[in-house]
Amino acid sequence: MPKLLPPESHPTLMISMREISKTFPGVVANDRIDLDIYRAEIHALLGENGAGKSTLMKILYGFYRADSGRIFLDGQSLSIQSPHDARLAQIGMVFQDFTLIPAFSVAENIALFLPDLGAVLDIKDVNLRIEQLSARYNLKVNPHAMVSELSIGEQQKVEILKLLLSDARLLILDEPTRVLAPHEVDALFQVLDGLRKDGLAIILITHKINEVMECSDRITVLRRGRVVGTVPQPDASESMLVEMMFEKKLSDVEVSRSVIRKGALQPLLKLHGVYTRSEGLGVNLVDIDLEVCPGEIVGVAGVSGNGQKELGDVVLGMIKCLKGTKNLFGKGVTHHSIQRMRKSGISYIPENPLTMAAAPFMTVLENMAVTKTWRYARQGGLRMDWQAVMTDIENTMKRMGFSLPWYVPARSLSGGNLQRMIIVRELTHDPRLIIASYLTRGLDVQSTIAAHSALIQARENGAGVLLISESLEELFKLSDRLIVLYAGRIVGRFRPKETDSYEIGHLMTGTKVQHDTKS
Amino acid sequence: MTLLSVLGVLSSAIFSGTSLLYTTLGEIIDQRSGIVNLGLEGVMLVSASSGFAVTAITDNPYLGVLVSILAGALMNMILGFLVISRRANQLASGLALMFFGFGLSAWIGRSYVGAKINGLPRISLPGLSNLPVLYSSLFNFDLLIYLVIPAAILVWWLLFHTRWGLGLRAVGENADTAYASGRNPLRIRYQALFVGGLLVGLGAAHLSIAYTMNWTEYMTAGRGFIAVALVIFSKWNPLRAIVGALLFSGAVAFQLLLQSSGIQISPFLLDTIPYILTILVLIAWGGTPKHSAPASLGRVYQGTE
Repeated sequence: MPKLLPPESHPTLMISMREISKTFPGVVANDRIDLDIYRAEIHALLGENGAGKSTLMKILYGFYRADSGRIFLDGQSLSIQSPHDARLAQIGMVFQDFTLIPAFSVAENIALFLPDLGAVLDIKDVNLRIEQLSARYNLKVNPHAMVSELSIGEQQKVEILKLLLSDARLLILDEPTRVLAPHEVDALFQVLDGLRKDGLAIILITHKINEVMECSDRITVLRRGRVVGTVPQPDASESMLVEMMFEKKLSDVEVSRSVIRKGALQPLLKLHGVYTRSEGLGVNLVDIDLEVCPGEIVGVAGVSGNGQKELGDVVLGMIKCLKGTKNLFGKGVTHHSIQRMRKSGISYIPENPLTMAAAPFMTVLENMAVTKTWRYARQGGLRMDWQAVMTDIENTMKRMGFSLPWYVPARSLSGGNLQRMIIVRELTHDPRLIIASYLTRGLDVQSTIAAHSALIQARENGAGVLLISESLEELFKLSDRLIVLYAGRIVGRFRPKETDSYEIGHLMTGTKVQHDTKS
Repeated sequence: MTLLSVLGVLSSAIFSGTSLLYTTLGEIIDQRSGIVNLGLEGVMLVSASSGFAVTAITDNPYLGVLVSILAGALMNMILGFLVISRRANQLASGLALMFFGFGLSAWIGRSYVGAKINGLPRISLPGLSNLPVLYSSLFNFDLLIYLVIPAAILVWWLLFHTRWGLGLRAVGENADTAYASGRNPLRIRYQALFVGGLLVGLGAAHLSIAYTMNWTEYMTAGRGFIAVALVIFSKWNPLRAIVGALLFSGAVAFQLLLQSSGIQISPFLLDTIPYILTILVLIAWGGTPKHSAPASLGRVYQGTE
């Protein structure tokens, strides 16, 4: 791996992070990370979701506090305990989920971050400064507009103006292009280039390799909370970066693949030309064609935030199909309610079990029954047959080798146990179609194996599975077919044997497009 | 209806509306920082009783007003400890504060029920002195009445034209953003509750020391809750609150006038007019456009790791 080399023209070191570690319950987000940032460079932080990029930068901005490690500014040790400290050191950050306040005007949002704001607001002066700076960097916005009226691209401009006016010398941008249209991305890169020429340092967090190659001076790749390496842009190539981002690990195939009698059987789930529109920062699904047949596992690969959540939600009916049709078990169900979908034998393990699948203050037992109350209601719903709930759930738990306490509130469970609870609940009663998002998130090795074999068991019994995952290893191991989602579209369809993690990685990061994806 | 009775309605609306407006202004500040204070009723009662007691003891209404103000701020600090430091549920804490206020105020005021005090002196407007006494006496206002509209303008100015107000509103909209801007959301919320409490205290002082000059248990009779409704009515805007408070108190005064005019409608029904008006206004305003309420209203700020 090439050594840390400063960019030739401006070799002044600005920020050094040394041995930064940060643990969240159950996850090591940053593991002794070293990072050097020079003045007048665009430094890309590249990595998959969950690689620890955002956490590291939130530590630099004081939003999180590191468990250990030190930060140096111009060689001097710097203590950053809060964003206040970071701002004093002229560090600014644009968060991935924008921190603009929709109910405030552009000028008010910017004023909030001005370091020299007077005790009495002088909005005229703020407006003037916005206009001057926006002319200089070609970031045109109307200071009087309410942020709620702005497009996402305009909001991005406001965020950058906000940082520039707050006198930041180091700008951290977390996935700034995530929500931008291609021409907006070009405009953003021009702005960044202008800022670099003025001597500012820019850290760009991203998972899109083509963008990194286009605009950065140096690239640091993170994987699972560690630095894989730092390369100057001229020395980097796309395939090299893919290799650094995704661990090359051939899947040890121990799963017997069931013979798919496609065509002989009617697909359990069939999406045809499905479009969705999501609120705010969500992703719109575009022209999704997808089939899940009995006895197969269809893997969905993609960097999270590219439409996976929306895919699961649209199948279950949590968001509407704007266009297109949805067929379940041979019947048109495009506009059926969630309850009807669930009653017909569909199970859903969403990506965030605590907020999306569990009632935190209800007990485990109650949570187990809550998605199938019609099954346990007695005397017209006046009474619940808790004994029946327990019997059913215990069967599943015994099969999977899990055990959970019945009478504690769900919120007191650890992440892994919560995941187990949801898996057990959703796999009880032999569902015919299972949508599983990030099935093994938070599970230890043993539980992962148990969850996997439960899925395989379900498949063997003729169920169809839509497996959404960010672990390519898991997808290669379990899937009978694979699709790749990027920016709300299906950009690749494969059988696992026909491809490898490089090809998938390229598709996931938008550096390559498989032609003829309508298989 | 004579001119005198119309003026009477107006005068009475101004008197009873003043305490309502101060209280509403206080609640607007609380809510703009993201805290719903449902304990207003209790805060007002403790303020009113302690201010009244001090006035009765010292015979100095100004000292009484001062004590009322401080009592209001202190009561709000109790709420602050619960919902900011202890991260308790705001609605439950507010209701608890209210019941605590019922009890505490009854205890503070127990020896002063029916006591006579010299309330805040009335100052007549210079231009009105040559009117007949019957008329001019209607418009002999005390200092707090003269100050209430300037207070509303001041609160509006503080919220919308100062750095402090900008930060306070930012906390109510999105505490994480306020934190990212280098502010301390917890401290700002305490400040908001303190200032809000001062204003509620002023409202309570006007009620017991200037308007009724009297203390009876539960004398606020729902004013705290009306103030919460008026905050919504005014869309969290102090200037709109002036209109709201006057309109509501006008309705109260008007129905009292109807009752005294011997109209053939049960007084129980007439009593409900102001509340029906409130409900109608809330219905009309029900589908409030986006962003009128502070986005983080009622949410506990958890901080970051």
